[in-house]
Amino acid sequence: MSSVLYDVPGPRAQVRNRILGAATILVVLGILAFVVWRFWATGQFTAQKWAVFSYSAIWVRFAEATLATLTAFASAAVGALVLGFVLAIGRLSDHAWVRVPFTWIIEILRAIPVLVFMLLLYYGLPVIGVKLPSYWAVVIALVVYNGSVLAEVLRAGVESLPRGQREAGYAIGLRKSGVMMLILLPQAIRSMMPVIVSQLVVTLKDTALGFIITYPELLYFAKLLGSNAQYGSPLIPAALIAGAIYIAMCLVLSYVAYVLERRLKRSQHSPRAVDPLHHPVGDGTDTELIALQKRGGKFDQGGS
Amino acid sequence: MDQIFNYPDLWADALIGTLLLFFGGGLIALVLGFIVGAMRVSPIPIARSVGAVYVNWIRNTPLTLILFFMAFAVPLLVPVPRGSYLPLAILGLGLYTATYVAETLRSGINTVPVGQAEAARALGMGFGQVMGLVVLPQAARSVIPPMMSVFIALLKNTTVAAGFSVVNLGAIRANMSEKGENQLITILLVMVVFVVLVLILAGIQRIFENKWRVAR
Repeated sequence: MSSVLYDVPGPRAQVRNRILGAATILVVLGILAFVVWRFWATGQFTAQKWAVFSYSAIWVRFAEATLATLTAFASAAVGALVLGFVLAIGRLSDHAWVRVPFTWIIEILRAIPVLVFMLLLYYGLPVIGVKLPSYWAVVIALVVYNGSVLAEVLRAGVESLPRGQREAGYAIGLRKSGVMMLILLPQAIRSMMPVIVSQLVVTLKDTALGFIITYPELLYFAKLLGSNAQYGSPLIPAALIAGAIYIAMCLVLSYVAYVLERRLKRSQHSPRAVDPLHHPVGDGTDTELIALQKRGGKFDQGGS
Repeated sequence: MDQIFNYPDLWADALIGTLLLFFGGGLIALVLGFIVGAMRVSPIPIARSVGAVYVNWIRNTPLTLILFFMAFAVPLLVPVPRGSYLPLAILGLGLYTATYVAETLRSGINTVPVGQAEAARALGMGFGQVMGLVVLPQAARSVIPPMMSVFIALLKNTTVAAGFSVVNLGAIRANMSEKGENQLITILLVMVVFVVLVLILAGIQRIFENKWRVAR
């Protein structure tokens, strides 16, 4: 296997790689040994800490907490996709009076940390008499943030399409909305699908912020269980189990993104970048080329 | 605005807390991210898998859970002085952000065509020359803009530490509410500060992007 960084290893490189591999194993084993030692020394492996997990009732509560996480995620994902489309269409508008405000809205919403937005909804709004349940504070904050991020993703997807796509749409008599809905967005969604799914992974992870504003989701339940002295305060086991559930859920979604990305790379229908040989004047289209030639044939390399 | 001028110490402490988390976490993330990124592109299979496991597991863990572990679990495992959560929060942010730094580096190196390195090797350049003169200068151009995005995300993520009572801009709401101030205005002011900070970073990113755009 050849890579940018190294050639196929010869005998000396092979020996060196083996030594470095052994060193890596030693370092990793050292870290693991330290962790296990600390777990053992502080009594995390005692049966008392784990006894509570032999009750099925606890697992039912875990399932309920996971369900609360997934409910918030599902609502937030749907809302974020809808908001993302609305913002993206506004951002791509031809009219400056629509485009400029939407650009600013997207930029500002993307700059606000999700947690601060949740705090605003949960602790700030009661000041003016609006009391939101923590569930809605979590969902709305996630929708607003991820919606604005998805809007930028979709915009980038639309703008990366060859301009001939748009022109072909106009040429067959479609209106602006038709070109956007039938030609540009479907292709943009297709090419941006892996990024969209990765953003949904971020949304899933950020539901854990609900813990801070007391939304009873997975992490909240782990804390509740972990500080229960009656069960011997199994905080570390509870946190480890919550972590395992989060990682499993996110890995499934990440894997979906990975599969989509691979399929997209193999697919022949994916929109390809403009062939540079076909367009000798930078990134213009054939129509522009003809217009340029008519104007006196000034071939200005790279300027268009 | 009165809120800021009436409690300048509180806001200054909060801003310093945020900046400490940002620069401390960023430093750890850069160092660790470089190591993990190097492991992920190394010719040693075991190092590649260790790097992949680290990146995939930590990246798919919510930051809230990592800071939760740092706040509640680590003090149970390792004796730490009381009230020293700030270094642990910095470490947690660093560990989390390092995975993003590593992935950015790896994808940056992957954008350099193999032919570039092969041509350099054909000219008789050694490993150091191939890296220093051919591969890294090209990779850096495609790494720096996304790297700035990673750091913008880090800046926003510092607020998560507020959930575990680390003094920073995200935590100032609790302090102000104890003083009986209007929470809505406090949070709106915090938002303004973040928008300004992020826009500054985004501006720097844009300058870099224009300066180092790859001409291929």
